[in-house]
Amino acid sequence: MENLLQQLLNGITWGSIYALVALGYTMVYGVLKLINFAHGEVYMVGAMAGYYAAHALGVAGTPSLGALLLVLVVSMAACGLLGALIERVAYRPLRGADRLAPLITAIGVSLLLQNAGQLVFGADPKFFPALLHSEELVRVGGIAVSNIQVVVLATALALMAGLQYVVQRTRFGRAMRAVSYDAPAAALMGVPVDRVILGTFVLGSMLAAAAGILVGLSNPKIDPLMGLMPGLKAFVAAVLGGIGSVPGAMVGGLLLGVIETLVTGYLSSTYRDAIAFVILVLILLVRPTGLFGAPQTEKV
Amino acid sequence: MRGAWLAGAVCGASLAFVLACGSNERASNAIVVGHVASMTGDTATFGRSADQGMRLAIEKINAAGGVLGKPIELVTEDDRSVTEEARTAAQKLLQRDQVVALLGEVASSRSLAAAPEAQRAHVPMISPGSTNPKVTEVGDYVFRACFIDPFQGAVMARFAVDDLHAKRVAILFDFKQDYSVGLAEFFRETARKLGAEIVADERYTSGDIEFRAQLTTIRAAKPDAIFVPGYYTEVGLIAKQARELGIDVPLLGGDGWDSEKTIEIGGEAVEGYYFSTHYAADSDSPRVQAFVTEFQAKYGATPDAMAALGYDTAGILADALTRAGSTDGAALRDAVASTQGFEGVTGKISMDPQRNARKDAVVLRIEGGKFRYHKTVSAE
Repeated sequence: MENLLQQLLNGITWGSIYALVALGYTMVYGVLKLINFAHGEVYMVGAMAGYYAAHALGVAGTPSLGALLLVLVVSMAACGLLGALIERVAYRPLRGADRLAPLITAIGVSLLLQNAGQLVFGADPKFFPALLHSEELVRVGGIAVSNIQVVVLATALALMAGLQYVVQRTRFGRAMRAVSYDAPAAALMGVPVDRVILGTFVLGSMLAAAAGILVGLSNPKIDPLMGLMPGLKAFVAAVLGGIGSVPGAMVGGLLLGVIETLVTGYLSSTYRDAIAFVILVLILLVRPTGLFGAPQTEKV
Repeated sequence: MRGAWLAGAVCGASLAFVLACGSNERASNAIVVGHVASMTGDTATFGRSADQGMRLAIEKINAAGGVLGKPIELVTEDDRSVTEEARTAAQKLLQRDQVVALLGEVASSRSLAAAPEAQRAHVPMISPGSTNPKVTEVGDYVFRACFIDPFQGAVMARFAVDDLHAKRVAILFDFKQDYSVGLAEFFRETARKLGAEIVADERYTSGDIEFRAQLTTIRAAKPDAIFVPGYYTEVGLIAKQARELGIDVPLLGGDGWDSEKTIEIGGEAVEGYYFSTHYAADSDSPRVQAFVTEFQAKYGATPDAMAALGYDTAGILADALTRAGSTDGAALRDAVASTQGFEGVTGKISMDPQRNARKDAVVLRIEGGKFRYHKTVSAE
């Protein structure tokens, strides 16, 4: 029993990283009906930006919550800019083109970032500086909870709550929902559609950056190709939750993390990567709209 | 359009010319030896260390007049730690550079990818550090300068049972690496024979970063020791996550741990853990100390096992070249095969009929962020 609870904790922590990345997929899909396959690479750049920021700011050797927060903010800002740049350069010129064109561009941007990453950062894995001194926080029965797990979960949940607030309670969020619901109509009502789309990319990219930092914190090995698999998995998570649905991406991410952990813990790690894609196929066959993606559900 | 075509043709022609000149020049005055190495990627320290060791040895050999009156030139081809690339790298060295011998790889899976190329070309290949038995079974041109995993696995199983008094042991291995799969198998076999119980047998894949699921299962099995026969990148992460989960029994490993990166990644989490390897840099043997001093003077770092093995591998080749009296593939193969009592920094090296070097293993303990000599296990 305590074993199962420990696995659930492991899974939720791991899944919160998928969830943060999945949010970017789902938001962009919401406003643009585009699967931004370069999103996994934004997550990679987030981790890299964090690595360089930690060294440049001199906090790599002094673990503290402040250091983590500082690196998180810098990396999120850098990726926000990157997201805006990608949208502006790669997707906006194709607005109104056939749906296939931006999809292919997305794959192109993804490959560009992977290879540019190898050129700029080097192909060697890097080891993310310890921004927090890892220690066991509490031990309930046989369940060990480390401070890293708590910080990862808390940060992810705080960011998701923040996003939920932005989407539901702010002017920008309302504009986003309007564009997602019906872009031409929103434009007629005076919603600056292009700016909203740009803002959506910035927001999604910032969340991916946060995921990159959190993974650097809990699994401190980063490399230019690290975004590939988590990118695909997060896409599966977004589809699982219902692509276009913000709560769906959150639940989908957490669920995928838990499923992967349980499969690894109780079956074999051999199936860890396969299970995500089995889920993708099943969802597309049985319930293509995902868990939260019923047509009546509000889309973002 | 036409201009571009012309420019391309001129470039191509001049490139071909340069390449042709380059190889001609080389062939006339140097013995060219190839090194297939992971200079970048997941296990980059293996390739880099081995390459540094080889270059140090070759520099010394050349300073003393080279072999057969010619200097040795080492051409290194990076395989980015990717199995398929090792094969391509070997092909490049054999065909483009016409090397007389191939050195490398360290990782067994990559040696297994490269070895058939050397065998087909009838060019001797010596792996510095591939310990999986299958590597030299590829053919009679394939050698290694190190011991093999049935020995290494038995050493660690014996160490766990006899020295650490472990009755319940768990294994966590990388099922994508022949090295790790083989080592786990031999450890399992010997541990069982010695009366220990394998209470958990979990696996991961090279490149994984999340191991908490497997470690939680292992923790539930309450082992006295955990054998992790992986490569340093994953080992560091595994150690960290094991400590976070409150696992306080020692982790044990093989020579795949032998890289300063294990400590860089693992930090305090790898303290007090043990692994078997080929040599100890803090050994008091004068031969080892001379090597360590020279290596430090040239590269400013303490040589790890792969550097020492690289150094010995180049030494074995030079010794064989001198005895063969030629660079002919078959003659050189016979000379390498008849290596007897070569005094290396990793011990006295003799090739057995299966083209493996029989040598002692050492067990190191990680203490205060350094590898410390713990004990020697004889090959007998």
